[in-house]
Amino acid sequence: MTQISPVPTSPAGASGQAPSARPAQGRAARTSLLKKFEPLLISCASICATLLLFGVFLVVDGLNPLDVYEVMFRGAFGTWFSFQNTLQRSAPLMLTALCTALPMQLGLLVIGGEGALVVGGVSAAVVGLSMHDAGSYTMLTAMLLAGAISGGLWIALVGALRAYRGVNETISSLLMSYIAIALMNHLVEGALRDPESLNKPATRHIGDANMLGPIPGLDVHWGLIYGVVACLFGFVLMKRTIFGFAAAMTGGNMRAALLSGLRVRQLMVLTCFLAGAAAGVAGMVEVAAVHGRANASLVAGYGYTGILVAFVARQNPLGVIPVALILGGIGASGGLLQRNFSLPDASVKVLEGILFMVILVSETLYGKLDLWSFARSATARKSAQAGAVA
Amino acid sequence: MSAELGAWGVPVAVLAGAIRVSTPFIFVSLGECITERSGRVNLGLEGTLVMGAMVGYGCSYLTGSPWVGVLAAGLVGVLLGALHGFLCGRPRVNDIAVGIGLMLFGCGLAFFLGKPLIQPSAPHLPAIPFGFWSQSSQIEDALRVNVLFLLGALLAPAVSFALKRTRWGLIVRTVGESAEAARAMGYDVNRVRTLATMAGGFLAGIGGSFLSLFYPGSWNEGLSSGQGLMAVALVIFARWDPVRCLYASLLFGGASALGPALQAVGVTKGYYLFNAAPYALTLLIMVLSSSATRTSADQPAELTVAR
Repeated sequence: MTQISPVPTSPAGASGQAPSARPAQGRAARTSLLKKFEPLLISCASICATLLLFGVFLVVDGLNPLDVYEVMFRGAFGTWFSFQNTLQRSAPLMLTALCTALPMQLGLLVIGGEGALVVGGVSAAVVGLSMHDAGSYTMLTAMLLAGAISGGLWIALVGALRAYRGVNETISSLLMSYIAIALMNHLVEGALRDPESLNKPATRHIGDANMLGPIPGLDVHWGLIYGVVACLFGFVLMKRTIFGFAAAMTGGNMRAALLSGLRVRQLMVLTCFLAGAAAGVAGMVEVAAVHGRANASLVAGYGYTGILVAFVARQNPLGVIPVALILGGIGASGGLLQRNFSLPDASVKVLEGILFMVILVSETLYGKLDLWSFARSATARKSAQAGAVA
Repeated sequence: MSAELGAWGVPVAVLAGAIRVSTPFIFVSLGECITERSGRVNLGLEGTLVMGAMVGYGCSYLTGSPWVGVLAAGLVGVLLGALHGFLCGRPRVNDIAVGIGLMLFGCGLAFFLGKPLIQPSAPHLPAIPFGFWSQSSQIEDALRVNVLFLLGALLAPAVSFALKRTRWGLIVRTVGESAEAARAMGYDVNRVRTLATMAGGFLAGIGGSFLSLFYPGSWNEGLSSGQGLMAVALVIFARWDPVRCLYASLLFGGASALGPALQAVGVTKGYYLFNAAPYALTLLIMVLSSSATRTSADQPAELTVAR
């Protein structure tokens, strides 16, 4: 969120007292330093609080939380192998997190990343299968475009409904997810079904030679690069361009944005398109790099974990990258927890749920760590009151 | 299925479905209606529904009485509602976001704690056979009405009366229409909203127990597929009127039953497409009932979900 430094507007600065200018500057520097690290500090504290709460949960279950966390860490980041697994899982999370984080700049809470992922995955599979002989590069490019455009249109519809009909985007996007999953089942069971997929209906395989390969030197597919590039693009777009400024203005005060002549509706639809495109690419990556075909495996919950990633990253596209790594790591360690402690696979979900709520509550801490500005705003209020009385 | 009814089997099955499938919708939408009338949205009722289903099933299995299960499910709903109310009471905490958090948390916790409940079978809720007069087994099946459905159908006018004609209802509505007016009258806005969310959670939990204790009637992880969330959309469609919530729930139950009903008479084409029917219907209804330029006059003024 764009925050304008409060210093120039403070009444003390406006009165132009020369002697007090210097200490005020020092204070401002300290405040802005704190402001810079505040999100990091609070996020880390929230993660610690989550681990504590989940620890209570584990103790009740008769487990030593420290043992569990140690295994989790090993399962996520401990070895090169497990770290690559984490990277692999974080790629779709980065993309689906953008599906929530980008519209949030405009104040829209879109939670339909799962649906856009499914739509993107199915369209990518359809396009890939229809151009079997075109060579793998052409085919993968076409799949990428298909995934991005179809996913983008899917969420753009949500944005358009919100902009032109006033339909609540949170509910409509989630409903669209269920519709997307039903559509996929319909296609995969019917028109697109590979007759050889018996107990798990799926489309035909796109062919091993056409799969999205690993990044040179790593055992991680190119989807990770897609994710990182998309996050960087989202960051530059939202924090460094006029488009992003217009989005932040709309998110801050929609009436003001409308009054100043911004095309808020177009902004909404376009942002939602980009958001959906990111999630659609996640679906394409899942098809092209992991499964090779579209089937129910696409509905793996990446869309929902992506919402959590976006919130933990405080809707900052750049922050999405490390947070996706952490949550991808938690997801990657789920199997190990199951084997070592016979914890059910839902325990990762419980942990994620606790983290989500702790993060939301931590929102209330912002501004309270900063004692300096707190004291100053109190005096500013007092002097403003005095001014009003005079 | 017997084919004696022929094509008439479809409307009968849809009617049966409307009665059977709508019950959780009725409870969740009534609960959400109370919460939203107080000016807050609880999107976490999906999680409450799943938790209620799990706890209801577990308690019914352990005690042998399904009614203990229903009560326990309601109490779990109260707890989750209290959590939602407490979290939303903090400054700068968004109620919709907390709802999403609770949805994930509730589902995760239910799957976590409910792992051992997938195998055993718990005693079910009783049903009243209103179809005893009929020769047709399909009609008999269709009219085996669960007690909870009747309770829900009675509850809708009761909630409506409570909101319109009682002192508590007036307080809830005041808080929902203008927090400042309520504060000026000396009511603790947060407390009223938290209590309204707890009441909503109680009903949603009961709705969840219906899922595991009557229809489909077992506990598994795929038990709820967005019913809790659709109920929230349904409250908007019903324009925050409890009695209209009841009608809307019946409509949704019927829509959900369309796919299985058609399959039963041999129309298997597009079975999966019909699964999308309730969601598509919800979306359509939301599109038709919203407007970009004005808000519905029935909408509680403090509410943000239907901006």
